[in-house]
Formats: sequence, C-alpha cells, structure tokens
Amino acid sequence: MGFILISLMILIGIASYFLGNLRAKNLRTSNQKNLKSLSHYYGYYVALWAVVPALLILLMITSFKSFFIEQYVLSDFIALGSYTETELSLLFTQIENTALGIKLFDENTILINGAVNKLNYINKTSENLTYVTVLGLSGLLVLYSLFNINNKLNSRKIVEKFLLVLYFTCSLVAIMTTVGIIFSLLYETLRFFSQVPITDFLFGLNWSPQRVFVREAGDLDTRDLANAFGAVPLFAGTFLIALIAMCVSVPVGLLTAIYMSEYASPKVRDWAKPIIEILAGIPTVVYGFFAALTVAPLVRDIGQGAGLTVSSESALAAGFVMGIMIIPFISSLSDDVIKSVPQSLREGSYAMGATKRETIVKVLLPAALPGIVGSFLLAVSRAIGETMIVVMAAGLNAKLTANPLDAATTITTQIVVILIGDQEFDSPKTQSAFALGLTLFVVTLALNFIALQVVKKYTERYD
Amino acid sequence: MKSIKIKADNLNVYYGEKQALFDVSMYMEEKQVTALIGPSGCGKSTFIRCLNRMNDVIDICKVQGKIEIDGNDIYAPDMQVEQLRERVGMVFQKPNPFPKSIFENVAYGPRIHGIAEHKSDLEEIVVNSLKKAALFDEVKDRLNDAGTGLSGGQQQRLCIARAISVNPDIILMDEPCSALDPIATARIEELMGELKTEYTIIIVTHSMQQAARVSSRTGFFHLGKLVEVDKTETIFSNPSDQRTQDYITGRFG
Repeated sequence: MGFILISLMILIGIASYFLGNLRAKNLRTSNQKNLKSLSHYYGYYVALWAVVPALLILLMITSFKSFFIEQYVLSDFIALGSYTETELSLLFTQIENTALGIKLFDENTILINGAVNKLNYINKTSENLTYVTVLGLSGLLVLYSLFNINNKLNSRKIVEKFLLVLYFTCSLVAIMTTVGIIFSLLYETLRFFSQVPITDFLFGLNWSPQRVFVREAGDLDTRDLANAFGAVPLFAGTFLIALIAMCVSVPVGLLTAIYMSEYASPKVRDWAKPIIEILAGIPTVVYGFFAALTVAPLVRDIGQGAGLTVSSESALAAGFVMGIMIIPFISSLSDDVIKSVPQSLREGSYAMGATKRETIVKVLLPAALPGIVGSFLLAVSRAIGETMIVVMAAGLNAKLTANPLDAATTITTQIVVILIGDQEFDSPKTQSAFALGLTLFVVTLALNFIALQVVKKYTERYD
Repeated sequence: MKSIKIKADNLNVYYGEKQALFDVSMYMEEKQVTALIGPSGCGKSTFIRCLNRMNDVIDICKVQGKIEIDGNDIYAPDMQVEQLRERVGMVFQKPNPFPKSIFENVAYGPRIHGIAEHKSDLEEIVVNSLKKAALFDEVKDRLNDAGTGLSGGQQQRLCIARAISVNPDIILMDEPCSALDPIATARIEELMGELKTEYTIIIVTHSMQQAARVSSRTGFFHLGKLVEVDKTETIFSNPSDQRTQDYITGRFG
C-alpha cells in the first residue's frame, strides 16, 4: 500500500504545483493583481502544502499503527492477564503467521482464530483510514493554499523558509545519529562496567571472554569476570600493529609526497598521483587476504631462514600491509601541504644560494611540518580503526607481547570475534564489545581532534 | 666614470613560445643604485631575475645572450649557480621571511654556505646584518620570535638582512616596497642609500618617484625592450625617446 500511496502523493504534488502556478498566472492577468512573487513560487507553495503535512501525518500513522494494532488484536489475551510481555509478542507473531496461512496448533486455537479475524479486519480498516486521512488532508490543504494566493502573500519567502528548515533537518539527521551512537555505546558500556570493574578492564592483563561464554549469565563468578576482560593485551596489540604500520607508511609516504610535490614533472604527477590514490580505494578485505596469503607466509619464511621463530600469523605481516594501505593518506595530504607552502619561500631560499635538497629540508619541511604531522595523526587513527587486515593476518590470540613476529590481536578484531554469530545481549561478553568500541571511539576521536587542531594552526600561518 | 659591475649583452629571454625580452644590452656600475622602471609586464622583473639565474627555477624559461659579472659569464657551463646566488642576493616584492625565528632567518645563508665557523661568529654575522638592515634596535630583545610575526616593513628589512648576511657584492630588489606603506617605504629607501656604499644595488620599481629618489642610473623597459638607459636626471628631465617621455609624464603605464 505504501508504494501506491507515495506515488499518489507525488502525483498530487506535481499537479498542485501546476495548479498553483496556473492560479497565480490567472490572478495576474485577470485582476491585474500585483503578486509579490513569480508565478512558479506559488506553484511550489501549493505543492508544499499538498505534500509536506500529509507526509508527516503518514509518518506518524505508520510509526504508531503497529502498536495500536497489536493492542487491539491481543486485547482478549491481555484481558486474561496471565501472559508476560514476551509471551504476548510471541503470540502476536503467531497470530500474524496464522493470518498468512502458516497454521500452528495450539490450545488457544479459538482465541487465536478470533484474533486472526480481528487482525484482518483492523489491517483493512487501518489501510483505508490511512488513505482517507492522508489524501483528504492533502486535498484540503491544496484548496486552502490555492485560495490563500493573493497579493499579500509572498510565497518566495515561504519557500526559502521551508528550504531552511529542510537543510536544518538534514544536518540534524547526521548529528542525531552521532549522538545516538555515542549514547548507545555509553549505555551498554555502563552496563558492562556494572558487572566488570572499569579498572579490571583498563588494567587487566588477561583477555579471554570465552571463559564467560561457557556459563549461563546467572551463575557467573566474579573471579571469572575479573580475569576475563583485561583489555591491556588488546591495547598493546593495537598499538604494536599501528606502530609497525606507521614505520612503513611514514617514510614511504613522506618521501613520496616530497617527490610528487618538488621533483616530479607535471606529466609524471598526472598519472602517478591517481595510481597512488587508488591504494586508498582498494577494499581492506582485499588487503586482508593479500596479507594473510602472501605477506604472512613470506615473513614467516624469511624469519625462519634467519633462524627466528615466526608464527604463521604475525603482527609484522598485518602491520606491514596496513602500512601500505595508509601510504596514500600520508602521501597525498603531505603532498598538498608541501605544495601549499608559498612559492615565495622556495624562491627566497634559492636566492640565498640553497640547493633543492637544502630548501626542502630546511625551509619546506619545517614550514609544512604541522600539516605533515596532521596527516600522520589521521593515518594513525585510520590504522587503529582498521579491522579486516588484522582479522585475517594477525590472528585472534590475545597475547600480551611486544614481539612483532608473534601473533597479536587488536581492539577491532576482538569486537568482530565477540559479535560474530548469535549473541545474548545481557551477557558481559557481548557488552564488552561496546566497552571496546567506546574506547576505540575515544582514542580515534582524540587523535582526529588533535590532527584537526594541528592542521588548523597550520592554515592560519601564511595570512 | 665608475667601474662596471654587471654587463648584459644582447639578452633574449623566452617563456616557452613567448619572447619576454628582446636584445637587452646594458651595464650597471659598482656601488651604485640602478633603477629599472616601466609598465607591468614590460620585462624588468624578468631581466633582474636573469642576474642571479632565478629564472632557472622556471622550466619553460630559456635565456640567450650573455651576462657578465666582474667579467665572468654567469651562464657559463662551469658556473655554480649556488655560488653565484651567494654573491648576488635578492629581495622580493612580497616580504618572504621563512617561518623560523628572526635569528634563524638571518643565519640561514651563513649556515648553508658554512661561512661561520663558531657559534659566536654566527651571532656576530646575524647582529651585523640586522644592524646594516636598520632592524637590530627594533628586534634585539626578541631574536627568537617568529620572523613572520613582524610588521610588513620590518619583514622586508629582515629579508634585506638575510640577503646581506652572506656578504654579497650585489643586491637585486624586485619592487621591494610595493607591499609596504609610505613610512616603511621611506625607511627602505633610506636604507638603500646606506647600503650602496658597500653593495651594488639593482632595483625594479613601479614608482618613478622612487627611481628618481634612490638611483643614479635608470633604465626604462617597454614591451620587453630596453627603450632607454641613462643617468637618472637625464631620463627624468630630458629623455631622448618619445616613449620614455610619455611614460614619465604619465601618458601611459
């Protein structure tokens, strides 16, 4: 029904635009009325009245309908008073299924059959009611707005105002989503910390949430909880892998940026830059199997050749590939920053008799340093948030180690591990994922914030 | 007659296909101020940038002809451009101090050319250069502050101090006052009068009054050609070319 109704609304909207436009034109010619706006603004005005309130009403009806329908259909069962909330919602699903022809036998068959009839009736009625309300409202408002067109009405201003509201609402969507995510993270995290002390989480050295998994949520021992959720190995793993990634990407990215901005001819830059930026567009899962199937075995073979014990999944392999992945973040941002150092500084340095290298090292890099540091920080936050490569190449074993040849795991990887498959939402194991998520969020937010501040400081420099 | 410091012979400069200078020949006297005037795009900046080979930075720029400084061809294959620029300093249109401290701005040249052996030598060079540029008294208590934090006029004097820190023979000034207010301009002009006792100065300027005030010889450029070059009094009182006459009387440009 939704599709038909929406199509009708669109048609009404278009039709009312032409009606409004036409009426404005007629008024203009027949009565020599001096309308304040151009005719098509009256078209928009009528169309807005036709569509917007009706759509809002439709939205309200659809969001509250299911609740009222459920109350009405289940009224007999509710009157019995012997059902819990969960049972009632199960019952409703059963009734819905029966209405669709999927019959299940039950001791309450008579009651259910009655409810099915009620459901069919109420569905039909509510659909008709919706049509009548929405289309009726729309029609009434079209008439109202058509008769409202006169020389005192400035529809141009009204349209502008409506657009302002629209823009504001759109930006509100993004903001509200962020706020919503933060609050749900906070809420679950607080529930988690009510079971596991925050100090155990932040300073515990042992991460093995599966210990909790084997028991029912009810009979958990506090000692189990205390030893299961020490997140330090995850923090350590995350920072180890991010560190390796930065060791790869910082020198390569920075030197690439210097080459691109100062040495490459425009021709070389024109084809080389897009290719480097493609690196950023490769899905991380592709990097992941590249890391797991090619780099990790290579690292192991080389390590064993050198007489070292290397596990087949190593932090080094994951960090290395992650480093490759974030090269374009550093190279392309730093390139922009170095290029935006004013030409006058280059000339000033050359005019003093400095060579190109001296100019780059002593003038350009110091001048661009805040921007370059900003690009490093953005790359770090990207590295810390990266998941797929680590899942595939670094292993899942939460071991506290600083050895890059050992398996390691990160915060994001553990979130994946915890949330794969069916979950009980009241288990501390599941909730620990939210605590990890919040930690990650705070860290990357802080890094991004610092990066933005640094970059901002830089941009104010040459004014 | 003063001795000749710089001599340009049949200089032609091209930016890609476009020719920017046509057969320019002129000489500049030692320890004198030579002014180059002319309307925008006439080639005077192109000419001055040939004197320290700053045009090398621009890929499409091609220079033909000969420029001699003290009798040495600066476009000769064995000429080291870094050493040439050590001898021929330059001050630009817009003050361009490096984003470093005042001290480090002036110490930049001596450092890269290894002029100062000890830290005390370096300090002496910096202080002397700042004094010669008439900036020392204003900044002596804040040598470690950022050079970019100074006022426009101070920044330009800092750039002059930077240029003279490596003790060049010649200072090229490419419209050094065009971004400055009249008071700062007057200070720079006064400074030029002091500097010409030690250095040969070539100044490109839009302001005919400035050329008349500071220079002993003036060259007038128009459409890439050197129309006339003579003693400054002669150029401004009795020019031999009609175009010069028209320009200095404000009929065009």
